[in-house]
Amino acid sequence: MSDERTTARRVGEGDILAELEAEVAHELEEQRPPAGGPAYQVVAALVTLGVGLAGAVLAQGYGLGSLARPGPGLWPMVVSVVVVVLSLALLLVGRGLTDSERFSRASALPLVGVATFVALGLLIPTLGFEIPAFALCVVWLRFLGGESWRSTIAVSLGTVAAFYALFLYGLRIPLPHLF
Amino acid sequence: MDAFLDGFSVVTQPGNLLYCLIGVLIGMLIGVLPGLGPAATMAILLPIVVTVDPVAAVIMLAGIYYGAQYGGTITSVLLRLPGEASSVVTVFDGFALAKQGKAGTALGIAAIGSFVGATVSIVALSLTAPIVAGWALDFGPAEYAALALLGVLLIATIGSGHPVKALIAASVGLLLATVGRDSFNNSQRFTFDSLQLADGLDFVVVAMGLFGVGEILYNLEERHGKVHVPAAVANVWPSRTELRQAAPAIGRGSALGFFLGVLPGGGAVMASLAAYATEKRVSKTPERFGRGAIEGVAAPETANNAAATSSFIPLLTLGIPANASMGMLFAALLVLGITPGPQLLEERPDLFWGVVNSMYIGNLLLLVLSLPLVGIFVRILRVRPAILAPITALITILGVYTINNSVFDIFVMIVFGVLGYLMKKVGFEPGPMVLAFVLGALLENNVRRALLIFEGDPTGFVTRPISGTILALFVLAAVLPIVQAVRRRRTATPHPNTQREDSLR
Repeated sequence: MSDERTTARRVGEGDILAELEAEVAHELEEQRPPAGGPAYQVVAALVTLGVGLAGAVLAQGYGLGSLARPGPGLWPMVVSVVVVVLSLALLLVGRGLTDSERFSRASALPLVGVATFVALGLLIPTLGFEIPAFALCVVWLRFLGGESWRSTIAVSLGTVAAFYALFLYGLRIPLPHLF
Repeated sequence: MDAFLDGFSVVTQPGNLLYCLIGVLIGMLIGVLPGLGPAATMAILLPIVVTVDPVAAVIMLAGIYYGAQYGGTITSVLLRLPGEASSVVTVFDGFALAKQGKAGTALGIAAIGSFVGATVSIVALSLTAPIVAGWALDFGPAEYAALALLGVLLIATIGSGHPVKALIAASVGLLLATVGRDSFNNSQRFTFDSLQLADGLDFVVVAMGLFGVGEILYNLEERHGKVHVPAAVANVWPSRTELRQAAPAIGRGSALGFFLGVLPGGGAVMASLAAYATEKRVSKTPERFGRGAIEGVAAPETANNAAATSSFIPLLTLGIPANASMGMLFAALLVLGITPGPQLLEERPDLFWGVVNSMYIGNLLLLVLSLPLVGIFVRILRVRPAILAPITALITILGVYTINNSVFDIFVMIVFGVLGYLMKKVGFEPGPMVLAFVLGALLENNVRRALLIFEGDPTGFVTRPISGTILALFVLAAVLPIVQAVRRRRTATPHPNTQREDSLR
């Protein structure tokens, strides 16, 4: 207890807020997976740099006009230049940041998730939503969530039935459907 | 005054009352469940909500937002897991109280503080919003451009995350907003000859992707195999002594929260931190903080609710969303054909006062519900996240399809979902990107309109008094963090942190 009081005095009254912010950051840090290294930061900065450069090149082609008569490309050009400058700044200062998260084996789960999203988008127009939605539930519950088969089937059936009732009867939204 | 009272008659219509109740319940629920935040939930539910009456829709979305502030407290206290960033400081004393078997007291005080903070803030909002709106009616393009620019900057720098990264995200958001037909001369920008892109990206779809799908995918990875067992909750009614102890903290928290909440950016987060710091500073026994001081729960919870409420002011009076959730409300209003701004109060007093007054009712509902229903919400914590994941995924996909009956929208959403997930992995917050995207068209159109008025002379932005002042604030807001960072680096000494952390456990 006395430790804390002396620390507080040493740091000074005005810094309680800054100290608290550090504590909060630390608190959030604990719940996070290991950080990715400098490579993550550099790649991210290079990607945004590329976005900015591409934006600038395309904006140039749309016609910049003048300040008195701004063309369609002027504003995108200004914003693209800002993106480029900030990305370069990030390349310089960002290497040591620890706010990224390393990809791990568990990162395969979101990948499967995205695949089911895409499949649903492709199948809904032809198959209606019921069967693809049921399949999505089964994949997410059983294979991504590790539920038992019994609860997988029960929750999947219940969910699809609830959505059927909600969209087609409750909200009367025309969703492609089989039945 | 009449319009104010009419607002109550709008809220007390049974339909609106029901949507208010549904909104606050959903808000509390997602506040309790770790994972989806209020902005993501609002994004996901947007397409469904806008099929109902506009006033009811906005009342419900607002309810989700402030309801989540109540719910977040429960996980902070019981699980040491802050549901929202603005509840992080509550963890320090809240969890300490829970360990002493006083979880109920902490939750009770937090609920009462939240109610008082929100109510004080609504009263202040009711009084100040018409003044701000009246003042802003004279704003021209230059003022709007300056204001939107300041908004984007503050959102990017005050929020969590590295400021350079947040600014990059915001700038890319501005760039994305230019996709589609140029509204001045109909030329195509960044459409790559796609007909579907010609009308630009629908920001409901973008927000659903970045917030909704991005968070769903992220949670899929993070949550695997985690089970939470909450502490038991006994009596939630605080004693008279505890109330007396917490009362000054609640008072100070209300005022602090109101003022900080008006600022664009993480108003609620900053407010909760500042309120906690203030209590520790004025306390005669600061060593109790972190070991179960009731003020340490009361102050931040009061302040974050007060701030959540006052963050409606910039949206409803200036048309500038102050945070991600307000951005979603902004999007909802636009989808419903209503442009938020100073004219809202004049043109749609039913909506303005209906929403503002629904917050009085909603907070009352939350107070009445949250104390007796704590037991039920604790039980909800035991629902496995794996069961909720496919349900939210389906709501998202089916919901986005129903906006325009378009499969293309599903794929645009998936693309932004993957982008949102990757951004989180490499330390970029999607919030600034969505907000800048929402404000992008407003910013560009006003800059260009102002340039036409000034005949190409950019000094016009600086010489007009109001836009000049706002831009001066912009420069201040941009330079101050840099100065601080340099200073901090200069005085950086090894922090005696280790002892302090022990005392916080």
